[in-house]
Amino acid sequence: MSKVVTALNGASHKGYVTVSEAPLTGMVTLRGDFSAANVKKAVMTATGCSIPDVRKMTSEGDVHVGWMSPDELIVLCAYDAANTVVDAFHAALAGEHGLAVNVSDARAKFQITGDSVREVVAKLAPVDMAEFEIGELRRTRFSQVAAAFWMSDSATVDVICFRSVGQYMFDLLKISTEPGFEVGSF
Amino acid sequence: MSTRLQTGGRLLDTSVAREFTFNGKRMTGYDGDTLASALLANDQMMVGRSFKYHRPRGVVASGAEEPNGLVNMGEGAFFEPNQRVTTTEIFDGLKATSQNHFPSLEFDIGAVNTYLSRFLPAGFYYKMFMYPRAFWKHVYEPFIRQSAGLGKAPKEMDADRYEHFYAFYDVVVVGGGVAGLQAAKAAALRGVKVLLMEQTAHWGGRAPVDGGDVDGAAAQVFVDTLVAELSAMDNVVMKTRMMGAGVYDHGYLLGYERVRDHAPKVKGPRHRLWRIRAGQIITATGAIERPLSFAGNDIPGVMLASALRDYVVNYGVSIGDRTVVVTNNDDAYRTALILKNAGLEVPVILDARAGGGGALAQAARDAGIRVENGKAIAKVKGGKRVKSVAICAQAGEGSVLEEIECDAVAMSGGWSPVVHLWSHCGGKLVWDDADAMFRPNPEKAPTGEKGEAFVLTAGSASGHFGLDAILQDATDAGKTAAAQMGGKPVDVIAPAASARNEAPLEPVWMMPQGANIKLRMKAWLDFQNDVKVSDVQLAAQEGFESVEHTKRYTTLGMATDQGKLSNINGLATLAGALNAPIEKVGTTTFRPPYTPISMASIAGSARAEVFQPIRNTPIQAWHDANGAYFEPVGHWRRPYCFPRTGETHAQAVEREILQTRKSVGLLDASTLGKIIVKGPDAGKFLDMLYTNMMSTLKPGKCRYGLMCSENGFLSDDGVVARIDEDTFLCHTTTGGADRIHAHMEEWLQTEWWDWKVYTANITEQLAQVAVVGPDARKVLEKLGGMDVSKDSLAFMEWKDGVLGGFDARVYRISFSGELSYEIAVPASQGRAFWDALMDAGKEFDVMPYGTEALHVMRAEKGFIMIGDETDGTVIPQDLGLHWALSKKKEDYLGKRAQERSHMVDPERWKLVGLETLDGSVLPDGAYAVGEGHNANGQRNMIGRVTSTYYSPTLGRGIAMGLIKHGPDRMGEVVEFPKIDGTLIKARIVDQVFYDKNGDKQNV
Repeated sequence: MSKVVTALNGASHKGYVTVSEAPLTGMVTLRGDFSAANVKKAVMTATGCSIPDVRKMTSEGDVHVGWMSPDELIVLCAYDAANTVVDAFHAALAGEHGLAVNVSDARAKFQITGDSVREVVAKLAPVDMAEFEIGELRRTRFSQVAAAFWMSDSATVDVICFRSVGQYMFDLLKISTEPGFEVGSF
Repeated sequence: MSTRLQTGGRLLDTSVAREFTFNGKRMTGYDGDTLASALLANDQMMVGRSFKYHRPRGVVASGAEEPNGLVNMGEGAFFEPNQRVTTTEIFDGLKATSQNHFPSLEFDIGAVNTYLSRFLPAGFYYKMFMYPRAFWKHVYEPFIRQSAGLGKAPKEMDADRYEHFYAFYDVVVVGGGVAGLQAAKAAALRGVKVLLMEQTAHWGGRAPVDGGDVDGAAAQVFVDTLVAELSAMDNVVMKTRMMGAGVYDHGYLLGYERVRDHAPKVKGPRHRLWRIRAGQIITATGAIERPLSFAGNDIPGVMLASALRDYVVNYGVSIGDRTVVVTNNDDAYRTALILKNAGLEVPVILDARAGGGGALAQAARDAGIRVENGKAIAKVKGGKRVKSVAICAQAGEGSVLEEIECDAVAMSGGWSPVVHLWSHCGGKLVWDDADAMFRPNPEKAPTGEKGEAFVLTAGSASGHFGLDAILQDATDAGKTAAAQMGGKPVDVIAPAASARNEAPLEPVWMMPQGANIKLRMKAWLDFQNDVKVSDVQLAAQEGFESVEHTKRYTTLGMATDQGKLSNINGLATLAGALNAPIEKVGTTTFRPPYTPISMASIAGSARAEVFQPIRNTPIQAWHDANGAYFEPVGHWRRPYCFPRTGETHAQAVEREILQTRKSVGLLDASTLGKIIVKGPDAGKFLDMLYTNMMSTLKPGKCRYGLMCSENGFLSDDGVVARIDEDTFLCHTTTGGADRIHAHMEEWLQTEWWDWKVYTANITEQLAQVAVVGPDARKVLEKLGGMDVSKDSLAFMEWKDGVLGGFDARVYRISFSGELSYEIAVPASQGRAFWDALMDAGKEFDVMPYGTEALHVMRAEKGFIMIGDETDGTVIPQDLGLHWALSKKKEDYLGKRAQERSHMVDPERWKLVGLETLDGSVLPDGAYAVGEGHNANGQRNMIGRVTSTYYSPTLGRGIAMGLIKHGPDRMGEVVEFPKIDGTLIKARIVDQVFYDKNGDKQNV
């Protein structure tokens, strides 16, 4: 076993879509008044990204910034880059009030791939998956746990949840994608 | 006898035979049969016994309204009771058994109740079982439990799987008859997203049976065309076998999809519960025919007129060779004509209307059927099967004019629109005199958050019965719903269709009108719950004027069919008895679901491994692999202890404590809450949240703090570390992490919104391990890296550094009284760090300890535990924690509350240690008793045990408790009665049993 491991050691399952645990991803929680010019600038300096609209993501290269609440953003980046983002944000704030914290290890991340990914999400999250667009980020729940997800293309959904419930999330996705359980709705 | 006809059966595929059994008897049906039609085709008229009198009962309806045909289905892990035969599609291998009889369906001892029926009127249970009191438990209840009830409870866990599905549509149409299809089309043509659901497996509803032309072609042609058109539209989703179960606020609608009830061998979920958000809902739910209340209307062979013709047309099943039709309206003549066309006998049509019927009646006469106007059924004769009917004048009291032999009776008392879904969310009804029915009042629709109507009705659900009116209404509903959702202004024109050409109905609530009590006692209103006309009249006589009270007193409409057949007849009977207009009596409340849905569909996929989320720490797999015995703490499963082979849990706990006190032990403390609080006002904020001063804490230092609710009660505790000038890290209890984080956010967002503070819950970012015991430092030194000596890292200090190659934050805090380090590393390295500690600790016999050892060690030190010493009514002052209550601060949450008179009352129970005189362990929660008795004759209480353990360190029982005047009574002995009647005596002592000066933790 290597020293640094994900919650489920990269577990995967092939149902009518494929579920696999993603490698470690850098995640940073940013909190601040994102309407303030210098906070916007600090986000840009730390991530290269502008402030996303409500329920949307912005991207620059491999770095993505997602809207989580009126005063909270999530930064998605390379695992090793998370602390750099934290430090850069704090430095750029230059005394202005704001909070950045590395939460990369607090999460488990899964990728579901296949033609029917939308309906798999619709079994678990109260979200209109017929209308969900690439570039959106939805903070919601999957069955009984908090989760957030986005689509990187029309056949790929990335889901994040708390690390402690990674096994629950994996099992949930697994049983929802068993052959025979297709809805065929989208 | 009932039998399969040579012709007919539009829903059947007679090339596919299906084998099934009923009460073990092998039977055959065809693909497309319901269990009801297949049983009837096999001459199985009787399907069950009634609930109260155990009377023989047969199928009376052909759809979801069926009250009698409930059976046990399946076996073992696939067993389910109360399955409705009329809505169960047959499949090969189906096994059904009848319910509510002993020893057999044919011969049932409980049927004796029918002879006792005059002693079992409405309210019998309430009157009879009151006295003597002791009889209830020992005589009445066991007897009732044996004799009452429908299906059996399943004994095994359900082996099927279920799931939910979230869906969003502009317009959802419930009901796939002509009205639903037309409404869906009208909406869809305007470009909005439409879901159309139908509870049966077929589109078209009643129209193909009842006839009529649309655009010059038969109704079936129209249905087929509509289905084809809708299927081709991208904005329409069509679902059969899906029932609209309930309408709720904000356009929320439950769709109950029976995915494979008809094909249990296919892989997949049995039911799928669609949790739908609809912009507009159109209920095209049709109408239900009402029975007539005449004596013997429950004898097998008496059926709704519409059901009787459904069985002929849809399933090619004849209920009997000779059918007497009895009606108060023209519609039932359709049944007579269909029977006649099928070559069956209709000896007479009894039309209760003195003036008789219209065009349909003429058609019947032209077909050579005898029609008797103003006539009624005095009584039906027969036991397990109709033998004959006695005819009388409807206007009279039941004198028999003639007796006619027959083996079936088709009855029709008119139609009632299915208003259930309209009513679920507050839609109001209006009484329609012409058709003697309640129909939806479009002026008072269920409304959404803007006050706009979000439910519309279409077709006969609106109270329309002519095809032309139905299609016009449906078209309008579809157009209106689409317009509400911003659809394109496409004009949709309703097709031309047959008009209703019928003579007016005359309400008949009692047959004959002046029926005597003997007849009324045999005239059933509610077949499933055995409620008769006489019962409702008795209730009225006894003063039950409200329809809701009468319902509960008589149980009318309270069975699993929720009164689909009995409701209107029952309240009309009540209105008659009260001499009040029906609309004044009103209806009972319609509540979801429309028909019962499976409990499992409500649970969805939440069973077995995903019944509930279980939270795992990064070290959980090690605990699993090393035999940990777990206890639930919130959604976590924390190791209680790590028993070794042959060890009891108590022995394991003892070993873990002794090892830790002697050398070193490890605790997985990852579950402890960790919340970052940052900002220029963070210190000020924490001063308000904690009872003690946090703003004076120096970076690099730790301080234990208490949090109270605004009512002063202890809510949480933990160690706060100051990270830098602006940043604190607050540790909470395991169960308190999310709650305290929410508590912080609430105060920041609602009261102190202008304070510059942000919080972040980073509980899961870090794995945390407590390394505890006199050898703890040696273990860390062996790992190597940062300086963990006392000089470099003193008690209640923290430091960042590298330990054994791990990025670590090390806190010198102790909950055990020993030299102790709590070390946080990133969660993804938690397991590796734990392994490294276990390895480094080998030479000191390091072993993990669980929550019980943690609890015992903290109790030995006299440390409180939130949830043990506190229960939501305890304030810090009760626990002698005055030292943690800042006197310098002007305010903190709970401060003012703690000054209330009751909070400063010297009589409050206070925390002390308790030492049993004999060294035994006090029972948890035991009460200390004082002198005298209270008003209830109970001993007066003077305190209770809050924590109690066997202390391996001291070799005796130790406890803490809240005792009246406790701290002033040191050395006194108090008594704790045990439930076995004996007493334990304990001496009041200081609660710190171990290392009172704290020398051991501060080395």
